[in-house]
Amino acid sequence: MDIAFMTKYLPMYERAAVLTVKIGLIGIAFAILLGLICAMIQYHKVPVARQIVAVYIEISRNTPLLVQLFFIYYGFPKIGIMMQPETCGVVGLAFLGGSYMAEAFRSGLESVAKIQSESALSLGMNRAQVMRYIVLPQAVSVSIPAFVANVIFLLKETSVFSAISLMDLMFTAKDLIGLYYKTTESLFLLVVFYLIILLPVSLLGTWLERRVRYAGFGD
Amino acid sequence: MLDLGIDVLFKGSNMLRLLSGLWVAMKISLVSILISLPLGVLVGALMTVKNRVVKVIFRVYLEIIRIMPQLVLLFIVYFGTTRALGWNLSGEVASVIVFVLWGTAEMGDLVRGALISIPKHQFESSEALGLTKRQTYIYIIIPQTIQRLIPLSINLITRMIKTTSLVLMIGVVEMLKVAQQIIEANRMTSPNAAFGVFLIVFILYFLVCWPISMLARYLEKKWNIA
Repeated sequence: MDIAFMTKYLPMYERAAVLTVKIGLIGIAFAILLGLICAMIQYHKVPVARQIVAVYIEISRNTPLLVQLFFIYYGFPKIGIMMQPETCGVVGLAFLGGSYMAEAFRSGLESVAKIQSESALSLGMNRAQVMRYIVLPQAVSVSIPAFVANVIFLLKETSVFSAISLMDLMFTAKDLIGLYYKTTESLFLLVVFYLIILLPVSLLGTWLERRVRYAGFGD
Repeated sequence: MLDLGIDVLFKGSNMLRLLSGLWVAMKISLVSILISLPLGVLVGALMTVKNRVVKVIFRVYLEIIRIMPQLVLLFIVYFGTTRALGWNLSGEVASVIVFVLWGTAEMGDLVRGALISIPKHQFESSEALGLTKRQTYIYIIIPQTIQRLIPLSINLITRMIKTTSLVLMIGVVEMLKVAQQIIEANRMTSPNAAFGVFLIVFILYFLVCWPISMLARYLEKKWNIA
């Protein structure tokens, strides 16, 4: 291992990691928002919108992110929609993640037995209160494992961004391998940086799962 | 009418080339699935044994494989091991290796989850009924485990098929690569080909994965697994 080489290109990896995390987090934030909207539409059985959401979920879950990105990045400009690679990454990640998040939230919402909201209503709570105090706390607790798994999954998926010429970690590694043929060093740094990004999320997820396990009380 | 460049696919043997690219991706995922399903069952079963050392070893393997993006694994095997060990791997072989490693880890975790999800009273009731350990497994535990496993492993298959799109990055000529070649070759005659061709690629992936997902969901509903 060439330590001098690694220290020399460390800043390059740092910049790439920051970019990966930045686009990942923005994309995941939009995915959560999109997922929440979709889950709410499905939970409340809004007509028409519900069917659209169902179609969207099927399409998004059954195609790879790389293909979605290629379509957005290379295909869309042909019909007049131009986007920066960064925007493209965020849009792609949100499009993919939205459906996964929607499924996680929906299964959480559906896990709360109907009798609970009925009882709450009969106790004189209004709909907002039922959502806030009865349904959401339990739904969140059920959704957490799937939610954390999705966050990790989406962060991992950011690795394909290099295909649309975003200078992320993969791009940097591939670049250095091509330029200097320092394969071992480049790949070592790549793995280290992905671990730095992903391990804390994974540990945080395990902690969170234990922390909010309060659904199914009294079963 | 807006020219979307779909007509490019009907020139010459372009559509056929695209489909053969899809077949390359399918072949890689099929071979990997066929190898990793039985291996995953083995790993999953081993993870439920009482031996601490065995448990820790497999846990570490599982966590390492699952936390790394599949593309990083592909790079390590394709660029890393060839450099470090001096052998020569084709992109296809490297992808099969990675997908088997990854598929085995995922499948192992599914099997472990299915095995420990069988409630203890199932074992106890069988014992109370006078079944031997072997009979308990054959008639009670394994059928229930398989029922839980099948929808989950079908989902794993679709995930694997979707992930094969990544092998483009290590130089395997699969559907996306063929699509790029077609677009490049027709740059002058139909400049909008990128839209039409990538749309078709998108639809083809969907047509492959969707029926499989539907099957998984149907089985889940039929067997009423929460």
